[in-house]
Amino acid sequence: MQNTRADTTIIGGGVVGLSIALGLLRAGEKIHVLDGADHDPRASLGNFGLTWLQGKGASYAPYTRRTWQAITAWPDFAATLQDLSGIDVAHHATGGYEFFTDPDELDGMAADLAAQSNTLGPGFSYEVLDNAALKQALPGIGDTVIGATYTPHDGHVNPLRLLSALRKALQNGNGRISNGWVVQDIRRNGDDGFTLTNAKGDVHQTGRVVLCAGLGAAALGERLGFRATVRPQRGELLITEKLETRLPFLSSTLRQVDEGGIQIGGTKSDGGLDDREAIEKMRFLARHAVAVWPALKDVNVVRSWGALRVMTEDGYPVYARAPDGSEAYLVTCHSGVTLAPLHATLLADWINQTSAAPDLEAFSDARF
Amino acid sequence: MQDSRFIRRVTDKALVSFTLDGETVVAQAGDTVAAALVAHNASPLRHTGLSGAPRTPYCMMGVCFECLVEINGRPNVQSCLIEVQDGMQVRRMHGFRKIEVRHG
Repeated sequence: MQNTRADTTIIGGGVVGLSIALGLLRAGEKIHVLDGADHDPRASLGNFGLTWLQGKGASYAPYTRRTWQAITAWPDFAATLQDLSGIDVAHHATGGYEFFTDPDELDGMAADLAAQSNTLGPGFSYEVLDNAALKQALPGIGDTVIGATYTPHDGHVNPLRLLSALRKALQNGNGRISNGWVVQDIRRNGDDGFTLTNAKGDVHQTGRVVLCAGLGAAALGERLGFRATVRPQRGELLITEKLETRLPFLSSTLRQVDEGGIQIGGTKSDGGLDDREAIEKMRFLARHAVAVWPALKDVNVVRSWGALRVMTEDGYPVYARAPDGSEAYLVTCHSGVTLAPLHATLLADWINQTSAAPDLEAFSDARF
Repeated sequence: MQDSRFIRRVTDKALVSFTLDGETVVAQAGDTVAAALVAHNASPLRHTGLSGAPRTPYCMMGVCFECLVEINGRPNVQSCLIEVQDGMQVRRMHGFRKIEVRHG
């Protein structure tokens, strides 16, 4: 049994929690991250690593704007992480495609992009390509792909190195991370902070708490007065053997990792907390990859896995302060990689209520 | 070329021959390709794509992926899981495999 104390405590040591922790640390706070158990569902260890704008928030302008802001900040953020951690997260804003085999779906995405363009103005650009234009841009594309959309803003990172870089940056700045610290209970100490306990009987006192526990936020959020309605959505991923040949494009479902393997993903299914990959979904992914890029047809798949996305009801992030006005905050979102540069800057201003604090009313927990 | 580190058990099995980078190698029927190659000589079967380090079969049971070779035109085949056949064409691999993109 141990007793610890911190000014600001982040519950959750994934990409979201560590990004916010880094922002607060750089704003001069003393921070302590309590990370959960190894077997917890960890989106940060299973995700696809996209820094993606295309299509996001087409019908919710505040989300498009914040995503755009994050995308714009990514190159500097990657450089900052390199400085603070010595780790290259391999951020590449290569531009990204969405490929379509169904004309109605292509039209739907074209409409979404028009809406995004309307919100974001002239800085944002995109293309809608028919089969002929796509064949010209990407000779080698599969015959069943009838068209594509493209924006030059999309990119990707190595998501595992992002996680390592955030941890390293935090530790280099004397931020504290406790692993295997599964918060079982949170209690408010009158007007003076919170008491956190775990199953081992450890007690942690904190002035301020930021809940970034992914799927774990539902149970803990309730104790702080949040609705925190998050649900798991499973995605399957395949990764191929490393290739010397570079894939000449990035798409939301196919990307070549900087180390050479091709990652294939994009399935969505609701199966509760079961993160085991389903064989029919993996077959679908393999067929999709070969349909898009037939040259992949006999490339070996060397690993596959399932992971759980953290989804709010409308799919947009929640940035919320406890309804009783205490120093408890809830942050949850699906796109922790894309939004990391904002989480590591703006959220420190928001939590510290500085003059630069962003207006995040559009992402309140009370909107559901 | 360094000699094989292995001594073959004498059996009455039939001999088969295949090629390694065009050179004829004699093996015993029933050998895996990996076993035939380590019995042939001690040269590395491949060089890795990451560091260029030389590699030779290690686990001989399909787990470690160190024994990858190209067999009859197919790259990155686990040679410890394939039985050698008369006339097989085996090539060592250097670096990661390439894929051929057909245009048109």
